[in-house]
Amino acid sequence: MTALLNIKELTKSFAQPEGGRLLVLDIAEFQIARGEQVAMIGQSGGGKTTLLHLIAGLLSPDQGSIQIDGIKTNGLSEQGRDRFRAETIGYVFQTFNLLPAFTAIENVRLGMAFGSGKHQHARAAELLARVGLQDRFNYRPSQLSVGQQQRVAIARSLAGRPKLLLADEPTANVDPSSAESVLELIRDTCREEEISLLTVTHDMQIASRFDRIEKLDEINQVDHTTASS
Amino acid sequence: MSLIHIAWRNFCHRALSSFLTTFSLALGVGLVVLVLSIYGVISEAFTRNASVGYNLVVGPKGSPLQLTLNSVFYLSQPIENLPYTEYMEFLSKDERASMVGRFGGDSKLAERDGKYAPFVAGGFAIPLALGDYFGEFRVVGTTPEFFSKLKHGPNVDEDFTFSEGRAFKDFSPENGYFEAVVGARVAKEMNVAVGKKFFPTHGDPSGQGHKQGFTVVGILEPTGTPNDRAAFVNLEGFYLMEGHAKPVEADPENNGDDLLDEAVDAAESDEEQAEDVTESSATTADSPTTATDDGKDGATLVQTDADNNTAVPDSDSNTNEDSQSDEEYRPLSIPEREVTSILVRNGNILFAPGMQNMINEGIRAQAAAPIGEINKLMNLIVGPLLTALLAITGITCAVAAVGILVSIYNSMNDRRRDIAIMRALGARRTTVTSIIIFESFQVALIGTIAGWILAHTAIVLYSGQIEDQTGVQVGFFTTSNYEILVLPLVLGLALIAALLPAWAAYRTDVGSNLSA
Repeated sequence: MTALLNIKELTKSFAQPEGGRLLVLDIAEFQIARGEQVAMIGQSGGGKTTLLHLIAGLLSPDQGSIQIDGIKTNGLSEQGRDRFRAETIGYVFQTFNLLPAFTAIENVRLGMAFGSGKHQHARAAELLARVGLQDRFNYRPSQLSVGQQQRVAIARSLAGRPKLLLADEPTANVDPSSAESVLELIRDTCREEEISLLTVTHDMQIASRFDRIEKLDEINQVDHTTASS
Repeated sequence: MSLIHIAWRNFCHRALSSFLTTFSLALGVGLVVLVLSIYGVISEAFTRNASVGYNLVVGPKGSPLQLTLNSVFYLSQPIENLPYTEYMEFLSKDERASMVGRFGGDSKLAERDGKYAPFVAGGFAIPLALGDYFGEFRVVGTTPEFFSKLKHGPNVDEDFTFSEGRAFKDFSPENGYFEAVVGARVAKEMNVAVGKKFFPTHGDPSGQGHKQGFTVVGILEPTGTPNDRAAFVNLEGFYLMEGHAKPVEADPENNGDDLLDEAVDAAESDEEQAEDVTESSATTADSPTTATDDGKDGATLVQTDADNNTAVPDSDSNTNEDSQSDEEYRPLSIPEREVTSILVRNGNILFAPGMQNMINEGIRAQAAAPIGEINKLMNLIVGPLLTALLAITGITCAVAAVGILVSIYNSMNDRRRDIAIMRALGARRTTVTSIIIFESFQVALIGTIAGWILAHTAIVLYSGQIEDQTGVQVGFFTTSNYEILVLPLVLGLALIAALLPAWAAYRTDVGSNLSA
């Protein structure tokens, strides 16, 4: 199985208000194969979100390389990374991050708006139907329940037919009964569309559903007691 | 999903704020469009009014603008009067001879062409006599040619037509010399109908009324020119009103005007001799002189046809309280006549500048081109006024643009997260910047269209009054040339207003705002 995501010698630090820099991540090597589903667990403030931002190209590493589908993303220009992200990476946020001005179907279409996606409406409708919201197309986020909002967010993350889906604590804000169904929805959909999945969570129960579980503390060589994300 | 759609969603999401911002801009744009439209109406009204089929106005020396205002627009006070002989200088020898025969005057006048006649050949010269009022409206003494030779309308090709009645005549059996035609607005406001008689007041609207009345024989259709606001009377009748005849002094030494006339005539006689020595010499030698004792121009009279005229009207047809019957009237002699101004159209327009120069080089008269004078007026007075109004309304638009800036910038705190989400979904910095600019453009576009509609709706609502006052017909889609500049101007302002929030959007940090 070839690696879709290949991280080598990755470091990331942030400037401190009082001067100096705080090293947050120092990862020697990390890989995810095509179609593989990985759960990464770590404590709050351990650098999980920072790692996802680095993989998504929202942040640039200090050193090292991030290769996705054979392309070294941190070697791309910012515009190149934006384009690459729009076409290759899906992102599910802990707080869903739906845009309140847009309806459910428009939020899903936004997931394709910045890439080269065509037939956006049909694709968005198909995804919303798949997550069980076929009768909520024109509802705004404020008119949806929390669980429904997370389903819309999942549909949006898959809209651009990504090769890698990054999920940041996807069940943290849904009730326990919904958490399992949300997780299964993500996993099943990724499986069906052959999308690699990296889920970060601090919930061991959620992580236990995955075949591969990675502990960030083990791959990150930074002393967590002083790190923050 | 297009960026415009995204921007529109943001616009709708902040509906109240967006509406208020757009509305304030619409009011600003509406004011600008209204000012431009009013300027367009004023400009067109002045231009149309100054284009009534003649190219020069001749009057006494003084301000050419005042001459234009009182002779074309019937505004302001007349400068002074010109001797009737000055008017005769625009006429051919035959016409002059006919006048001398009809009215009486120096027989020499009949012996030559008027010195400006060659320039006018094929055109016309129409005399005006001003000074009286009918209510608040000017009474204009003129000849029937005024209605047959002058044109009006946007292309200056429309004849004067009558909603009722006909043009007055030099003399009619039923009304003698005292016929009148009134403009459409005069008829409406003074409640005048054909057959009614009015008595002009002398000097100003509240002046003393003349005893002699004029019978209205025609009402003009609206023309959209100052003629709608005038009461036209037969020039012969005008002269015959009490106090309108110029006193003729027998002794020129006691009359400064006659001395001036003498000097002017002598100077002009020299010019004529230089131009046509042979003809002048011949006619002078052969001229029959029926001079009075002194033989001076002003007092040289001949027996007039009018004196012998037996075709005077039956006084029964003029049953009024006039102090004299028409039988007792006879036209004034040429020395007793004066004109306030002369409307001139050159047969060949190329002759106009030469004739204008020639008149202006003379001592007594001046010639003004009405359109030129009106353009000067527009540039000197209306132009700066318009500039001031535009500046004020421009500031209003700028304030509205600041409103756009404040509205969008204030919403940036809420938007940072939205922007970060869009960036995380693959939007470039330039994309989110464009969305902000599009949103500003939407406010500008909607505000401009709404403002334009507001202004033109107001114009349509008042179109009746505008047409009554100026004669200019305005419709919903009547636009001034400058209006086309409003949209780019407002879009430019909107772009400037959007720069600051767009820059904030450009610099939005994704990581920190996603986590927020």
